[in-house]
Amino acid sequence: MEYILIIISAIFINNVVLSQYLGICPFLGVSNKVNTALGMTGAVTFVIVLATMVTYLIQTYVLNKLGIGFMQTITFILVIASLVQMVEIILKKVSPPLYQALGIFLPLITTNCAVLGVAILVIKKEYNLIEGVVYSASTAIGFGLALVILAGIREQLELAEVPKAMKGVPISLVIAGIMALAFMGFTGIVK
Amino acid sequence: MNQLQNFTKGFIKENPVLVLVLGMCPTLATTSSAINGLGMGIATTFVLIGSNVVISLLSNLIPDKVRIPAFIVIIASFVTIVDLLMQAYVPDLYEKLGIFIPLIVVNCIVLGRAEAFASKNAVFPSFVDGFGMGLGFTMALGILGAIREIIGSGAIFGYKFISGDGILVFILAPGAFIALGYLIALINRFKRT
Amino acid sequence: MAKTESTFKNMAMALTFIAIGASTCLGFVHEFTKKPIELSILNKKLNAIKQVVPEFNNNPNDEMFRLPTGEGDSLDIYPAKKDDLIVGYAINTYTKDGFSGNISIMAGFKPDGSIINTSVLQQKETPGLGTKMTEPLFKDQFIDKNPSEFMLKVKKDGGPVDAITAATISSRAFCDAIQRAYNTLQKGETK
Repeated sequence: MEYILIIISAIFINNVVLSQYLGICPFLGVSNKVNTALGMTGAVTFVIVLATMVTYLIQTYVLNKLGIGFMQTITFILVIASLVQMVEIILKKVSPPLYQALGIFLPLITTNCAVLGVAILVIKKEYNLIEGVVYSASTAIGFGLALVILAGIREQLELAEVPKAMKGVPISLVIAGIMALAFMGFTGIVK
Repeated sequence: MNQLQNFTKGFIKENPVLVLVLGMCPTLATTSSAINGLGMGIATTFVLIGSNVVISLLSNLIPDKVRIPAFIVIIASFVTIVDLLMQAYVPDLYEKLGIFIPLIVVNCIVLGRAEAFASKNAVFPSFVDGFGMGLGFTMALGILGAIREIIGSGAIFGYKFISGDGILVFILAPGAFIALGYLIALINRFKRT
Repeated sequence: MAKTESTFKNMAMALTFIAIGASTCLGFVHEFTKKPIELSILNKKLNAIKQVVPEFNNNPNDEMFRLPTGEGDSLDIYPAKKDDLIVGYAINTYTKDGFSGNISIMAGFKPDGSIINTSVLQQKETPGLGTKMTEPLFKDQFIDKNPSEFMLKVKKDGGPVDAITAATISSRAFCDAIQRAYNTLQKGETK
């Protein structure tokens, strides 16, 4: 039961992008086509879940045991950077077209604040390993949801007359703001 | 370019937030008030200066293939130093900024400047670059924070000038997105005239 | 500028050197900031306690004890004494029923169980609505009330508490936290 709460909360109520302000850069950068948005979501989900598992284990069995909690930032980001490298290598072998499509956004997953953010949040919220995995997977789904919705809207926007100054980032931000407003309606579901 | 140009490019022409569109997450998350925005900007500037200087000093000794992990460790170290210092000496601001202090390590501005400038330039220009970009970032955050605080809380730097609440949505997520969107649009408009 | 070659030996040496350098610097800064950090956490607690109990001249933090809530966890209780006589108990209580998540409150009780004052420590309620629980208009109605006679329920639920307009859930959550603190204290005192 607890898990359903975590899932609904992470996807809708405290959506990682629209409510927690994480993952904005790729959100704005990869959201012009629904297909790339889906591919990005898959890659991010994989990295987030793996990263959460590994960082949780490191926090519990290394950082806490040795009392060096202040090394959290360095170790976490190194874990994430290595995982992303791994994903790049695997993707190149397994699915070259997807690798090409994601292009530079793949290494940029390292700097996706959602990945590091979720890893830190799992520790802060004192979730255990399973709750952490559920939370991180749900967060990634929430990220994908926001991304795909925005991509869909932007594809439609290609046909509209957007003022020159608003083209690109500004109009995407305003759309995201309206989406955030809509998602605010979800607060209070879980009670 | 001379050092003065190097310093001021981060203010307007290459402002990391408003022109290069980098560092969005902390920009949106920490600007619910002017002071929070400025605090975040100053913390990031400290990291920018520190990492730019150290990376510039060590750039010849770091083999090319491992430069990204090396940069990351150096940046993460400065972020941890800022984190510990803020926890000790400005605990209220530290709590308000929360998770976004450790997240400075993934702020694309920091790694971006390290890669694009500090690894290829001498120490003093790198220092100036980090300082200038950091100040530009701080200014953008300060301005956005002030806008959101004035419209959203009817206050500035904590001093309320109306009784009751402002347009609250501006200190929440939707307001952040919308305010930043219009701010960047405004800058775009000015750039063309 | 001559660059170091990317031989395996050089790469390993560079990374090791940087890792050692970083860990040493951080260890040093950590030692240096340990005391100030502990001090600021202590001060924050003491300030919260000061707000909810009358003048005291002991150190409530040193005499902190825990009492079980009956729900499987326990609350931290800080006794405030003046010249060795108990003048109040500051209890760090919480509720999970907030509109947007957990709320933690420092509640001060007299030895006879009546409420002295309350101070909200952490909340994420809706600004302008739930956040009004920190304002005198709402929280002053609890001063000097004894939960044994003053039911901690909002008017909608048949009680005497004036809820915040349009923030019934937040108001209920606040009452829940105070009730939890009162129950825990009462259970403990009968021991």
